Amino acid sequence: MEKKTDFRLLLDIFITFFKIGGFTFGGGYAMIPIIEREIITKKGWIKNEKEIIDVFAVAESIPGAIAINTSTFVGYKIAGRKGAIVAACGVILPSFIIISLIAAFFSQFQDNPMVKAAFMGVRSTVVALIIIAAIKVGKKAIEDKTSVIISLVTIILVLVLDIHAIFAILGGAILGIIIYITLPEEMEKINGQKDEIN
Amino acid sequence: MIYLKLFFTFLKIGLFSFGGGYAMIPMIESEIEGNGWLSSAEFIDIIAISEMTPGPIAVNSATFVGHKAAGFLGGFIATIGVAIPSLVLILIISKYFYRFQNHPLNSAIFYGIRPVIVGLIVTAAIFVSETAIFRDSLSMDLIRKVFRQPREVLNIEGILIFVISLIALKKFKLHPILAIVLSGVMGILLFYVV
Repeated sequence: MEKKTDFRLLLDIFITFFKIGGFTFGGGYAMIPIIEREIITKKGWIKNEKEIIDVFAVAESIPGAIAINTSTFVGYKIAGRKGAIVAACGVILPSFIIISLIAAFFSQFQDNPMVKAAFMGVRSTVVALIIIAAIKVGKKAIEDKTSVIISLVTIILVLVLDIHAIFAILGGAILGIIIYITLPEEMEKINGQKDEIN
Repeated sequence: MIYLKLFFTFLKIGLFSFGGGYAMIPMIESEIEGNGWLSSAEFIDIIAISEMTPGPIAVNSATFVGHKAAGFLGGFIATIGVAIPSLVLILIISKYFYRFQNHPLNSAIFYGIRPVIVGLIVTAAIFVSETAIFRDSLSMDLIRKVFRQPREVLNIEGILIFVISLIALKKFKLHPILAIVLSGVMGILLFYVV
Protein backbone atom coordinates (compact mmCIF):
# COMPACT_ATOMS: atom_id res chain seq x y z
CA MET A 1 0.00 0.00 0.00
CA GLU A 2 2.89 2.37 0.75
CA LYS A 3 3.50 4.13 -2.53
CA LYS A 4 5.98 6.74 -3.54
CA THR A 5 4.99 9.75 -1.46
CA ASP A 6 6.68 12.69 -3.09
CA PHE A 7 5.74 16.18 -2.12
CA ARG A 8 3.85 16.93 -5.33
CA LEU A 9 1.52 13.98 -4.94
CA LEU A 10 0.78 14.96 -1.34
CA LEU A 11 0.12 18.53 -2.40
CA ASP A 12 -2.19 17.28 -5.14
CA ILE A 13 -4.09 15.15 -2.60
CA PHE A 14 -4.37 18.10 -0.25
CA ILE A 15 -5.73 20.44 -2.93
CA THR A 16 -8.20 17.85 -4.23
CA PHE A 17 -9.65 17.17 -0.78
CA PHE A 18 -9.63 20.87 0.07
CA LYS A 19 -11.85 21.35 -2.99
CA ILE A 20 -14.08 18.45 -1.96
CA GLY A 21 -14.37 19.82 1.59
CA GLY A 22 -15.20 23.26 0.28
CA PHE A 23 -18.06 22.10 -1.88
CA THR A 24 -19.86 19.50 0.19
CA PHE A 25 -22.89 21.02 1.71
CA GLY A 26 -25.14 18.85 3.84
CA GLY A 27 -22.68 16.33 5.21
CA GLY A 28 -21.00 13.14 4.16
CA TYR A 29 -23.57 11.59 1.89
CA ALA A 30 -23.70 14.61 -0.39
CA MET A 31 -19.97 14.13 -0.82
CA ILE A 32 -20.11 10.72 -2.45
CA PRO A 33 -20.75 11.81 -6.06
CA ILE A 34 -18.16 14.61 -5.77
CA ILE A 35 -15.49 12.21 -4.49
CA GLU A 36 -16.29 9.75 -7.25
CA ARG A 37 -15.85 12.43 -9.90
CA GLU A 38 -12.63 13.82 -8.47
CA ILE A 39 -10.90 10.59 -7.43
CA ILE A 40 -11.94 8.14 -10.12
CA THR A 41 -12.82 10.16 -13.21
CA LYS A 42 -10.50 13.15 -12.94
CA LYS A 43 -7.46 11.85 -11.07
CA GLY A 44 -7.69 8.11 -11.62
CA TRP A 45 -6.31 7.51 -8.13
CA ILE A 46 -8.77 4.75 -7.55
CA LYS A 47 -9.34 2.60 -10.58
CA ASN A 48 -12.77 1.10 -10.18
CA GLU A 49 -16.20 1.89 -8.87
CA LYS A 50 -16.26 -1.19 -6.63
CA GLU A 51 -13.25 -0.09 -4.65
CA ILE A 52 -14.81 3.27 -3.83
CA ILE A 53 -18.06 1.58 -2.76
CA ASP A 54 -16.04 -0.45 -0.26
CA VAL A 55 -14.47 2.77 1.00
CA PHE A 56 -17.89 4.26 1.64
CA ALA A 57 -19.02 1.08 3.39
CA VAL A 58 -16.04 1.28 5.74
CA ALA A 59 -16.53 5.04 6.27
CA GLU A 60 -20.11 4.47 7.34
CA SER A 61 -19.42 1.64 9.71
CA ILE A 62 -16.72 3.17 11.87
CA PRO A 63 -17.23 6.14 14.17
CA GLY A 64 -16.47 9.67 13.06
CA ALA A 65 -17.81 12.04 10.45
CA ILE A 66 -18.37 10.21 7.17
CA ALA A 67 -16.64 12.97 5.21
CA ILE A 68 -13.45 12.68 7.26
CA ASN A 69 -13.51 8.88 7.27
CA THR A 70 -13.91 8.71 3.50
CA SER A 71 -11.17 11.25 2.80
CA THR A 72 -8.74 9.64 5.23
CA PHE A 73 -9.30 6.21 3.72
CA VAL A 74 -8.94 7.40 0.12
CA GLY A 75 -5.82 9.38 1.10
CA TYR A 76 -4.40 6.24 2.69
CA LYS A 77 -5.08 4.20 -0.43
CA ILE A 78 -3.33 6.76 -2.62
CA ALA A 79 -0.25 7.52 -0.54
CA GLY A 80 -0.22 5.60 2.73
CA ARG A 81 -0.16 7.22 6.13
CA LYS A 82 1.01 10.64 4.92
CA GLY A 83 -1.71 10.61 2.30
CA ALA A 84 -4.32 9.89 4.96
CA ILE A 85 -3.23 12.80 7.15
CA VAL A 86 -2.95 15.22 4.23
CA ALA A 87 -6.41 14.25 2.90
CA ALA A 88 -8.01 14.64 6.33
CA CYS A 89 -6.45 18.08 6.80
CA GLY A 90 -7.52 19.12 3.32
CA VAL A 91 -11.15 18.13 3.76
CA ILE A 92 -11.46 19.74 7.20
CA LEU A 93 -9.69 23.03 6.44
CA PRO A 94 -12.42 24.81 4.40
CA SER A 95 -15.09 24.37 7.05
CA PHE A 96 -12.59 25.20 9.78
CA ILE A 97 -11.75 28.51 8.09
CA ILE A 98 -15.37 29.41 7.32
CA ILE A 99 -16.69 28.54 10.78
CA SER A 100 -13.81 30.31 12.53
CA LEU A 101 -14.68 33.46 10.58
CA ILE A 102 -18.40 33.11 11.36
CA ALA A 103 -17.68 32.42 15.04
CA ALA A 104 -15.46 35.51 15.23
CA PHE A 105 -18.20 37.77 13.90
CA PHE A 106 -21.34 35.94 15.03
CA SER A 107 -21.45 37.53 18.48
CA GLN A 108 -21.65 40.96 16.85
CA PHE A 109 -24.75 40.00 14.89
CA GLN A 110 -26.55 37.51 17.07
CA ASP A 111 -28.28 40.14 19.21
CA ASN A 112 -29.46 42.12 16.22
CA PRO A 113 -33.30 41.75 16.26
CA MET A 114 -33.51 41.10 12.53
CA VAL A 115 -30.84 38.38 12.65
CA LYS A 116 -32.62 36.88 15.66
CA ALA A 117 -35.91 36.81 13.75
CA ALA A 118 -34.25 35.18 10.75
CA PHE A 119 -32.71 32.46 12.91
CA MET A 120 -36.03 31.85 14.65
CA GLY A 121 -37.49 31.12 11.23
CA VAL A 122 -34.53 28.94 10.26
CA ARG A 123 -34.91 26.76 13.37
CA SER A 124 -38.25 25.48 12.08
CA THR A 125 -36.56 24.37 8.86
CA VAL A 126 -33.86 22.62 10.87
CA VAL A 127 -36.64 20.57 12.54
CA ALA A 128 -37.99 19.68 9.09
CA LEU A 129 -34.52 18.69 7.82
CA ILE A 130 -33.89 16.46 10.82
CA ILE A 131 -37.29 14.77 10.51
CA ILE A 132 -36.58 14.04 6.84
CA ALA A 133 -33.21 12.55 7.83
CA ALA A 134 -34.90 10.43 10.51
CA ILE A 135 -37.35 9.04 7.94
CA LYS A 136 -34.55 8.31 5.48
CA VAL A 137 -32.34 6.54 8.02
CA GLY A 138 -35.37 4.88 9.60
CA LYS A 139 -36.36 3.22 6.34
CA LYS A 140 -33.01 1.45 6.27
CA ALA A 141 -32.61 0.77 10.00
CA ILE A 142 -36.07 -0.26 11.14
CA GLU A 143 -36.35 -3.83 9.93
CA ASP A 144 -38.59 -5.53 12.52
CA LYS A 145 -40.33 -5.18 15.88
CA THR A 146 -37.05 -5.39 17.81
CA SER A 147 -35.59 -2.39 16.00
CA VAL A 148 -38.76 -0.35 16.59
CA ILE A 149 -38.45 -1.10 20.30
CA ILE A 150 -34.74 -0.19 20.34
CA SER A 151 -35.53 3.16 18.70
CA LEU A 152 -38.32 3.96 21.15
CA VAL A 153 -36.24 2.94 24.16
CA THR A 154 -33.41 5.17 22.89
CA ILE A 155 -35.75 8.18 22.69
CA ILE A 156 -37.03 7.54 26.24
CA LEU A 157 -33.55 7.01 27.68
CA VAL A 158 -31.93 10.05 26.08
CA LEU A 159 -34.84 12.49 26.05
CA VAL A 160 -36.77 11.64 29.21
CA LEU A 161 -34.16 10.08 31.47
CA ASP A 162 -31.26 12.22 30.20
CA ILE A 163 -28.97 9.24 29.64
CA HIS A 164 -25.88 10.15 27.61
CA ALA A 165 -26.15 9.16 23.95
CA ILE A 166 -22.90 7.21 24.21
CA PHE A 167 -24.57 4.70 26.54
CA ALA A 168 -27.44 4.28 24.10
CA ILE A 169 -24.99 3.49 21.29
CA LEU A 170 -22.99 1.08 23.45
CA GLY A 171 -26.25 -0.50 24.60
CA GLY A 172 -27.35 -1.02 20.99
CA ALA A 173 -24.01 -2.63 20.12
CA ILE A 174 -24.12 -4.93 23.16
CA LEU A 175 -27.73 -5.89 22.41
CA GLY A 176 -26.69 -6.81 18.88
CA ILE A 177 -23.89 -9.01 20.24
CA ILE A 178 -26.26 -10.66 22.75
CA ILE A 179 -28.75 -11.45 20.01
CA TYR A 180 -25.90 -12.86 17.91
CA ILE A 181 -24.72 -15.14 20.73
CA THR A 182 -28.06 -16.25 22.13
CA LEU A 183 -30.21 -16.37 19.01
CA PRO A 184 -27.94 -17.34 16.12
CA GLU A 185 -30.89 -18.47 13.95
CA GLU A 186 -32.62 -15.15 14.43
CA MET A 187 -29.46 -13.34 13.31
CA GLU A 188 -29.10 -15.52 10.26
CA LYS A 189 -32.67 -14.69 9.33
CA ILE A 190 -31.88 -10.97 9.62
CA ASN A 191 -28.78 -11.31 7.50
CA GLY A 192 -30.67 -13.48 5.03
CA GLN A 193 -33.32 -10.81 4.56
CA LYS A 194 -30.59 -8.27 3.88
CA ASP A 195 -29.08 -10.44 1.17
CA GLU A 196 -32.45 -10.82 -0.50
CA ILE A 197 -32.89 -7.05 -0.53
CA ASN A 198 -29.43 -6.61 -1.94
CA MET B 1 -7.45 23.66 31.51
CA ILE B 2 -10.06 24.59 28.92
CA TYR B 3 -8.00 23.39 25.91
CA LEU B 4 -7.59 19.89 27.30
CA LYS B 5 -11.26 19.77 28.20
CA LEU B 6 -12.25 20.84 24.69
CA PHE B 7 -9.88 18.34 23.14
CA PHE B 8 -11.11 15.35 25.13
CA THR B 9 -14.78 16.32 24.89
CA PHE B 10 -14.64 16.44 21.10
CA LEU B 11 -12.42 13.37 20.94
CA LYS B 12 -15.22 11.55 22.76
CA ILE B 13 -17.81 12.98 20.39
CA GLY B 14 -15.74 11.93 17.38
CA LEU B 15 -15.27 8.46 18.77
CA PHE B 16 -18.96 7.82 19.36
CA SER B 17 -20.52 9.47 16.36
CA PHE B 18 -22.20 7.06 14.05
CA GLY B 19 -24.63 7.67 11.25
CA GLY B 20 -23.84 11.22 10.25
CA GLY B 21 -24.27 14.56 11.92
CA TYR B 22 -27.84 14.62 13.18
CA ALA B 23 -27.43 11.57 15.40
CA MET B 24 -24.67 13.44 17.22
CA ILE B 25 -26.84 16.39 18.16
CA PRO B 26 -28.07 14.97 21.50
CA MET B 27 -24.49 14.07 22.42
CA ILE B 28 -22.99 17.44 21.53
CA GLU B 29 -25.90 19.16 23.22
CA SER B 30 -25.42 17.42 26.55
CA GLU B 31 -21.65 18.07 26.44
CA ILE B 32 -21.90 21.80 25.73
CA GLU B 33 -24.75 22.21 28.19
CA GLY B 34 -22.83 20.41 30.93
CA ASN B 35 -19.83 22.67 30.36
CA GLY B 36 -21.86 25.84 29.84
CA TRP B 37 -20.11 26.57 26.53
CA LEU B 38 -23.20 27.54 24.54
CA SER B 39 -26.94 28.00 25.00
CA SER B 40 -29.37 25.59 23.30
CA ALA B 41 -30.53 28.34 20.94
CA GLU B 42 -26.95 29.15 19.94
CA PHE B 43 -26.25 25.48 19.31
CA ILE B 44 -29.30 25.17 17.05
CA ASP B 45 -28.11 28.24 15.16
CA ILE B 46 -24.84 26.37 14.56
CA ILE B 47 -26.77 23.43 13.14
CA ALA B 48 -28.45 25.86 10.76
CA ILE B 49 -25.12 27.48 9.87
CA SER B 50 -23.61 24.00 9.34
CA GLU B 51 -26.35 23.27 6.87
CA MET B 52 -25.48 26.37 4.85
CA THR B 53 -21.71 26.04 4.97
CA PRO B 54 -19.66 23.17 3.63
CA GLY B 55 -18.35 20.44 5.91
CA PRO B 56 -19.72 17.95 8.40
CA ILE B 57 -21.85 19.11 11.35
CA ALA B 58 -19.38 17.43 13.72
CA VAL B 59 -16.47 19.53 12.46
CA ASN B 60 -18.49 22.72 12.23
CA SER B 61 -19.82 22.45 15.77
CA ALA B 62 -16.38 21.52 17.09
CA THR B 63 -14.84 24.60 15.49
CA PHE B 64 -17.68 26.87 16.59
CA VAL B 65 -18.01 25.61 20.16
CA GLY B 66 -14.22 25.64 20.62
CA HIS B 67 -13.98 29.15 19.25
CA LYS B 68 -16.79 30.39 21.51
CA ALA B 69 -15.29 28.71 24.56
CA ALA B 70 -11.64 29.62 24.05
CA GLY B 71 -11.03 31.66 20.92
CA PHE B 72 -9.29 30.60 17.71
CA LEU B 73 -6.96 28.14 19.40
CA GLY B 74 -9.94 26.57 21.18
CA GLY B 75 -11.66 26.06 17.82
CA PHE B 76 -8.50 24.55 16.37
CA ILE B 77 -8.01 22.12 19.26
CA ALA B 78 -11.66 21.01 19.32
CA THR B 79 -11.52 20.38 15.55
CA ILE B 80 -8.37 18.27 15.89
CA GLY B 81 -10.07 16.36 18.72
CA VAL B 82 -13.14 15.48 16.68
CA ALA B 83 -11.04 14.38 13.68
CA ILE B 84 -8.46 12.22 15.45
CA PRO B 85 -10.63 9.14 16.05
CA SER B 86 -11.36 8.91 12.30
CA LEU B 87 -7.71 9.22 11.41
CA VAL B 88 -6.48 6.68 13.93
CA LEU B 89 -9.26 4.18 13.30
CA ILE B 90 -8.83 4.30 9.52
CA LEU B 91 -5.09 3.76 9.85
CA ILE B 92 -5.64 0.75 12.11
CA ILE B 93 -8.66 -0.69 10.38
CA SER B 94 -7.90 -0.22 6.70
CA LYS B 95 -5.51 -3.17 6.80
CA TYR B 96 -7.78 -5.59 8.61
CA PHE B 97 -11.24 -4.31 7.93
CA TYR B 98 -12.11 -6.44 4.93
CA ARG B 99 -11.78 -9.53 7.07
CA PHE B 100 -13.98 -8.00 9.74
CA GLN B 101 -16.48 -6.33 7.46
CA ASN B 102 -18.13 -9.52 6.34
CA HIS B 103 -18.06 -11.12 9.77
CA PRO B 104 -21.60 -11.81 11.02
CA LEU B 105 -20.75 -10.20 14.37
CA ASN B 106 -20.25 -6.91 12.54
CA SER B 107 -23.75 -6.97 11.10
CA ALA B 108 -25.09 -8.03 14.51
CA ILE B 109 -23.54 -4.97 16.15
CA PHE B 110 -24.97 -2.71 13.48
CA TYR B 111 -28.33 -4.40 13.75
CA GLY B 112 -28.31 -3.06 17.33
CA ILE B 113 -26.77 0.36 16.63
CA ARG B 114 -28.82 1.45 13.61
CA PRO B 115 -32.17 1.75 15.44
CA VAL B 116 -30.37 3.68 18.21
CA ILE B 117 -29.22 6.14 15.54
CA VAL B 118 -32.83 6.59 14.42
CA GLY B 119 -33.84 7.19 18.05
CA LEU B 120 -31.07 9.76 18.43
CA ILE B 121 -32.10 11.61 15.28
CA VAL B 122 -35.73 11.73 16.48
CA THR B 123 -34.45 13.01 19.84
CA ALA B 124 -32.51 15.70 17.96
CA ALA B 125 -35.69 16.73 16.12
CA ILE B 126 -37.61 17.00 19.40
CA PHE B 127 -34.77 18.95 20.99
CA VAL B 128 -34.75 21.53 18.20
CA SER B 129 -38.56 21.71 18.15
CA GLU B 130 -38.48 22.81 21.78
CA THR B 131 -37.17 26.17 20.63
CA ALA B 132 -38.77 26.30 17.18
CA ILE B 133 -42.27 24.86 17.55
CA PHE B 134 -42.99 24.87 21.26
CA ARG B 135 -42.28 27.69 23.64
CA ASP B 136 -40.81 25.51 26.36
CA SER B 137 -39.08 22.16 26.89
CA LEU B 138 -41.33 19.18 26.41
CA SER B 139 -43.04 17.91 29.55
CA MET B 140 -46.35 16.30 30.47
CA ASP B 141 -47.55 19.70 31.58
CA LEU B 142 -46.73 21.19 28.21
CA ILE B 143 -48.47 18.39 26.33
CA ARG B 144 -51.59 18.96 28.43
CA LYS B 145 -51.49 22.66 27.68
CA VAL B 146 -51.25 22.00 23.93
CA PHE B 147 -54.94 21.08 24.01
CA ARG B 148 -56.14 23.58 26.60
CA GLN B 149 -54.19 26.76 25.86
CA PRO B 150 -52.42 26.08 22.56
CA ARG B 151 -51.42 29.69 21.97
CA GLU B 152 -49.55 29.75 25.23
CA VAL B 153 -47.24 26.84 24.46
CA LEU B 154 -47.23 26.61 20.67
CA ASN B 155 -45.19 28.88 18.47
CA ILE B 156 -47.80 29.34 15.71
CA GLU B 157 -45.48 31.24 13.34
CA GLY B 158 -42.79 28.61 13.89
CA ILE B 159 -45.25 25.83 13.07
CA LEU B 160 -46.30 27.65 9.90
CA ILE B 161 -42.68 27.91 8.71
CA PHE B 162 -42.07 24.28 9.69
CA VAL B 163 -45.02 23.00 7.63
CA ILE B 164 -44.08 25.11 4.60
CA SER B 165 -40.44 23.92 4.81
CA LEU B 166 -41.39 20.28 5.26
CA ILE B 167 -43.64 20.34 2.20
CA ALA B 168 -41.10 22.28 0.14
CA LEU B 169 -38.27 19.89 1.06
CA LYS B 170 -40.11 16.60 0.93
CA LYS B 171 -42.65 17.14 -1.82
CA PHE B 172 -40.96 19.68 -4.07
CA LYS B 173 -37.38 18.56 -3.29
CA LEU B 174 -36.27 22.12 -2.60
CA HIS B 175 -32.53 22.31 -1.90
CA PRO B 176 -31.87 22.50 1.88
CA ILE B 177 -29.81 25.68 1.50
CA LEU B 178 -32.66 27.39 -0.36
CA ALA B 179 -35.15 26.18 2.26
CA ILE B 180 -32.99 27.71 5.01
CA VAL B 181 -32.64 31.04 3.21
CA LEU B 182 -36.39 31.07 2.52
CA SER B 183 -37.24 30.33 6.17
CA GLY B 184 -34.86 33.08 7.26
CA VAL B 185 -36.83 35.51 5.11
CA MET B 186 -40.12 34.15 6.50
CA GLY B 187 -38.67 34.54 10.01
CA ILE B 188 -37.87 38.21 9.36
CA LEU B 189 -41.38 38.78 7.99
CA LEU B 190 -43.22 36.98 10.80
CA PHE B 191 -41.07 37.80 13.85
CA TYR B 192 -39.58 41.18 12.94
CA VAL B 193 -41.78 43.04 10.48
CA VAL B 194 -45.19 41.95 11.81
